[in-house]
Amino acid sequence: MNFDLTEERQMLQDTLRRFLRDRYDTETRNAILESDTGLSAEIWSQLAELGVIAALFTEEQGGFGGAGFDISVVFEELGRAGVVEPILDTAILGGRLIAAVGSEDQQALVEDVIAGGAHLALAHGEPVSRYDLSHVETSLRADGDEIVLDGRKAVVVNAEAAGHLIVSARESGAAGDEAGISLVLVPTDTAGITMNGYPMLAGGRAAEVTLDGVRVPASARLGAAGEGYAALCDVLALAHVALSAEALGAMETATGLTREYLATRKQFGRPIGTFQALQHRMADMLIELEQARSSVIRAAGYMDDSTRIRDMNIAAARNLIGRVGRLVAEEAIQMHGGIAMTQEYELAHIAKRIVMTDHRFGDADHHLERFIALSAA
Amino acid sequence: MDLSYSPEEIAFRDEVRAFLETSLPKDLSDKVRQGHDSLSKQDIERWHAILNDRGWLAQNWPKEFGGAAWNAVQRHIFEEEAARANAPRIVPFGLSMLAPVLMKFGSKEQQDYYLPRILDGSDWWCQGYSEPGAGSDLASLKTRAVRDGDHYIVNGQKTWTTLGQHADKIFCLVRTDVDVKQQEGISFLLIDMDTPGIEVRPIILLDGTHEVNEVWFTDVKVPVENLVGEENKGWTYAKYLLTHERTNIAGVGFSEAGLEQVKRIARAERANGRPLIENPHFAARVAQVEIDLMALSTSNLRIVSKAASGEAPGVEASMLKVKGTIIRQEINDLARRAVGSYAMPFPSETVEGDNDPIGPDYAGSTAPQYFNNRKLSIFGGSNEIQRGIIAKTMLGGGR
Ligand SMILES: Cc1cc2nc3c(=O)[nH]c(=O)nc-3n(C[C@H](O)[C@H](O)[C@H](O)COP(=O)(O)OP(=O)(O)OC[C@H]3O[C@@H](n4cnc5c(N)ncnc54)[C@H](O)[C@@H]3O)c2cc1C
Repeated sequence: MNFDLTEERQMLQDTLRRFLRDRYDTETRNAILESDTGLSAEIWSQLAELGVIAALFTEEQGGFGGAGFDISVVFEELGRAGVVEPILDTAILGGRLIAAVGSEDQQALVEDVIAGGAHLALAHGEPVSRYDLSHVETSLRADGDEIVLDGRKAVVVNAEAAGHLIVSARESGAAGDEAGISLVLVPTDTAGITMNGYPMLAGGRAAEVTLDGVRVPASARLGAAGEGYAALCDVLALAHVALSAEALGAMETATGLTREYLATRKQFGRPIGTFQALQHRMADMLIELEQARSSVIRAAGYMDDSTRIRDMNIAAARNLIGRVGRLVAEEAIQMHGGIAMTQEYELAHIAKRIVMTDHRFGDADHHLERFIALSAA
Repeated sequence: MDLSYSPEEIAFRDEVRAFLETSLPKDLSDKVRQGHDSLSKQDIERWHAILNDRGWLAQNWPKEFGGAAWNAVQRHIFEEEAARANAPRIVPFGLSMLAPVLMKFGSKEQQDYYLPRILDGSDWWCQGYSEPGAGSDLASLKTRAVRDGDHYIVNGQKTWTTLGQHADKIFCLVRTDVDVKQQEGISFLLIDMDTPGIEVRPIILLDGTHEVNEVWFTDVKVPVENLVGEENKGWTYAKYLLTHERTNIAGVGFSEAGLEQVKRIARAERANGRPLIENPHFAARVAQVEIDLMALSTSNLRIVSKAASGEAPGVEASMLKVKGTIIRQEINDLARRAVGSYAMPFPSETVEGDNDPIGPDYAGSTAPQYFNNRKLSIFGGSNEIQRGIIAKTMLGGGR
């Protein structure tokens, strides 16, 4: 047994942490939040140059990592710094999906993604699908050499910046069936696509996407017809590790800021960290943080195990992180008092990142249900 | 033991209900239902004026000052009904924080001048207590007022001043003696926000709202007539005010309205093909908080009816504050959970404008409200301070 990072990953962690500490301070980030695009193109290309995106892909895919622990190392650091750039969307949900099932032509996009030159978005969730992965109503109809897409996609993160959307659509069966879901790679400038874009509470942008008779060649299909569900599950397993690790990194920042604040903020003539009422709660936060760390390690470490073991550990991590994340975010704010309620203070953003993680691809309850189902299986 | 309202109380409740039905403008209740921070200054003033016309604005004031002179049970009934009807909240600073202090400690001139202006909306007051260095430890405040002939010269900074951007006047705690015990050198001063040397700087909260401000004082000249009561007795007055700040401390009405909203959302949302409200995990969460709220409502009535018979609530008020805020915050958490992915958008006027709302119309305000209401356990005496009061009172050692 060995819980140390490999030398390469340690280097990756150090480099990324240093870069973000130097280049992504609160002020820079708050300016990005205020900007129209909600992301910094400069930071993006620098991250690509540092190899941060390449680390998320395997060697065969053109990267130099791609395993569960590569993903967790990168996202923990992104979370620590409260990075709002859509690495998850472009690299994991987009890039890794194309890398897994894309045709040779489509794979060219992966190269662009790794080089920092392309943005992608997964257009999967729908207005009433909630967290149900198989609930796809958007329709796909074959018409000669073309396919036609109709439907609505909800909260498509990074849709506006993306050059391509990966659209899930139903080719057969009923909404809720796992079989019959196809994936299609659609350039965002295709006629029939409209986007209603908006900023998100914890940073970044998303859009409501309407597909109205969107026509693409049949070769735009990503993977085999009607077999998109399994590919989605596999890429979401990666995304769950990324999201859990990101929340973990953010929790480390929240805990660190709280520890510092308790040592420096004085009321009643002494540091508030000398009040036992707060000391015990700080201790609980630290205990739970270690639980969170272990659950992320498990989710990353069982990535290549059987699907059932992999998914159980992922459901466990997302449930635990959802619970602990809320505790850490709320306690950190509470122990800071009013200052943590201000938008420009680092913790406010970090707390929002943590809590809003619980709204992507399932909250703590959703993953509890998945865990129960998987353990019964 | 009788858990029901008396016939008089029921008649009063019906009267309140009828009034809300006929007099609460729909555009205002719609805004309140839509979520937080949508009310403008004019909206709030309009609602105040409607209540004032009915004689129900100054609910806790005695009749001689133009108040409704309601007892604690009546006030509770109104709060509950108003929350249920999505009425705007009454802004408390002038009405229930400053006015009681003026009635008890102010001069006749101050009472005659300020009280009618609070009632008719001429003056919007804000509360200038907290400072960057003086939060829970309020008595350590540093804003200085130095006597100079018939004026005080005020220098320093207040912060977290709620709705200070709308205010005409601010009541402040200021330091007038630095050589005595902290509590004995504080005075209670009324200051016109138009006085030269005052600067209001907005603080944007984590949900993007402009609700609080910093108020800076540089050589601000305040006439000595604006001192309330005696110099250096301000702490006593402030403590008196704090007991008034604690009316409606349990927020039962808000929680009931919030829980209704959660249920409404959960009936509309679907999880795995069924209404979310039928999902066992979600239903259990809702039931748990409802059970807590039922008990809190009765605790509140127990304490309220004691207060109606003249007993001042002490440690019970702290208990209501702690439990009441925990429950409200839990309800905000449920609402945010209930809307799923649609909690992520950050809707605003500029985004939505004339467009359709993003997702269901109930979704947009849930997450901002969840974050905004973290304040409930921080202000008005943090929950840690309240627990300290409870423990000290029950375990001995002071107060
Ligand atoms: C949205 C909002 C609106 C407000 N509006 C107003 C207003 O209109 N006017 C006004 O004057 N003020 C206002 N306040 C200020 C509010 O009263 C203070 O935030 C509050 O008193 C806490 O002070 P603080 O924020 O400085 O936190 P601190 O006092 O620094 O507390 C930090 C943490 O330490 C804990 N702590 C402190 N002392 C102890 C102790 N002895 N034992 C255990 N724990 C302790 C606190 O509970 C908290 O968790 C507002 C605050 C907010 C957030």
